[in-house]
Amino acid sequence: MPTFFEAKQLVTPGELLAEGEYQAGENTYVEAGKIFASRIGLVDLENKKVNVVALRAFYVPKPGDIVIGSVIEVGFNGWTIDIKAPYTAMLRASDVLSRPFKPQNDELSQVLDAGDLIVAKIASFDRAHDPQLTVGEPGLGKITRGQLMRVIPTKIPRVIGRKGSMISMIKTETNCQIILGLNGVILVTGKNPADEELAMKAIKKIEDESHTTGLTDRITQLLKEAKAKPEEIKQ
Amino acid sequence: MSEKHEKLIDKKGIRLDGRKADELRSLKLEVGVLPNADGSAYVEHGKNKILVGVFGPREVHPKHLMKADRMVLKCRYHMAPFSVPERKSPAPSRREVELSKVIRESLEPALFPELYPRTGIDVYVEVLQADGGTRCAAITAAALALADSGIPMRDLVVACAAGKVEDTVVLDLYDAEDKLGAADVPVAYMPNLNAVTLLQMDGQLSPEEFEKALNMAMEGCKKIYALQKEALKNKYMTTKVETKEETEE
Repeated sequence: MPTFFEAKQLVTPGELLAEGEYQAGENTYVEAGKIFASRIGLVDLENKKVNVVALRAFYVPKPGDIVIGSVIEVGFNGWTIDIKAPYTAMLRASDVLSRPFKPQNDELSQVLDAGDLIVAKIASFDRAHDPQLTVGEPGLGKITRGQLMRVIPTKIPRVIGRKGSMISMIKTETNCQIILGLNGVILVTGKNPADEELAMKAIKKIEDESHTTGLTDRITQLLKEAKAKPEEIKQ
Repeated sequence: MSEKHEKLIDKKGIRLDGRKADELRSLKLEVGVLPNADGSAYVEHGKNKILVGVFGPREVHPKHLMKADRMVLKCRYHMAPFSVPERKSPAPSRREVELSKVIRESLEPALFPELYPRTGIDVYVEVLQADGGTRCAAITAAALALADSGIPMRDLVVACAAGKVEDTVVLDLYDAEDKLGAADVPVAYMPNLNAVTLLQMDGQLSPEEFEKALNMAMEGCKKIYALQKEALKNKYMTTKVETKEETEE
């Protein structure tokens, strides 16, 4: 029962990956007992399971995910939130106010207005309903400061690194707080803009070079070099 | 028009533009050319120049087109006013509406519409310069743009035409051959699944000639498919090469 790829090989949609006793993993599909790739990405074999780590993909909401979104519209009893996904999300007023919501007492646009940015968690989502958000947990809610950047959502695990090694290194080296939205939006908050720029530069480098090896070393080098001569990053 | 036009194919079997009967025009494919689109591709197929942008999956507008159980695909094929020698009105013509439908239907079998219900994908095909066989070049580019946008696909769709000029079955007709020739058979094809997604015929062919034309077009598709895959991979290969240089420093 053969496989038709080398580890970490770049494949395009429709490429035959394996035949026989293998399991179809992420970004693959089965047709007539054969496993094909469905996205451009790098193939991986893990315990007989063929996965493609996609180089291009979009975010699909999943209950429990932390996402960063912006308010598109203030409605009668909640907000419509753009979470950079195929579906727009809803945030209910009663969830934010932590008390029963009465339209006559509360002006929703004073709590969150169109254009405001929030960190939220996906409370529910299925095929028939748009995602519902919640901000009723510590760390969630309106964003007041920092900078936002976007990466391809499938690259987020690479930014986190093995057991969070990559992200914790960037955090300590740049003295920045970083919140990773699983929808590919990243919030970087630091003491000064230069720190934020450096953290964003490092994350951008991870995104661009996510499919190469020895990345952690290069990121460490980048951060160390920037620290040694701080003038350069300001350019 | 007078009958004084040159022979479309000479005694040696060489066509007006210097190609052999089973030869493709030169092809240039590029992926990810539009930063504002979710996915994009540009193709130069002979003198055809076509730009494709893909958006989505996203909310469907107008709302009544939305399907509760699947994703909808919308296509717009449009020719720029300057794409042909005589100015073309920018308003959608009957032909463009038909080609939009035909392109949509040839791309649909490559997608998994049931994965993302209540959403839609928009494919915008802009023909900047036309020289025969634009629908085929448009399908080839649209498939690349879809793959570039990260939408899961069964296979890339490739399209190529074959036809008949001066009693000879030839591959990949250009404008003059299309207009003066006897027949034109555009074929869209998914090579890995061996599935034809578009088959049209304009003009008249005998069953034998038709079969020959179909096989020739499918062979042409396979050649373009190799270029398509290369174009898609190229986008990532370049970053790989750059990083190699960086580590060497």
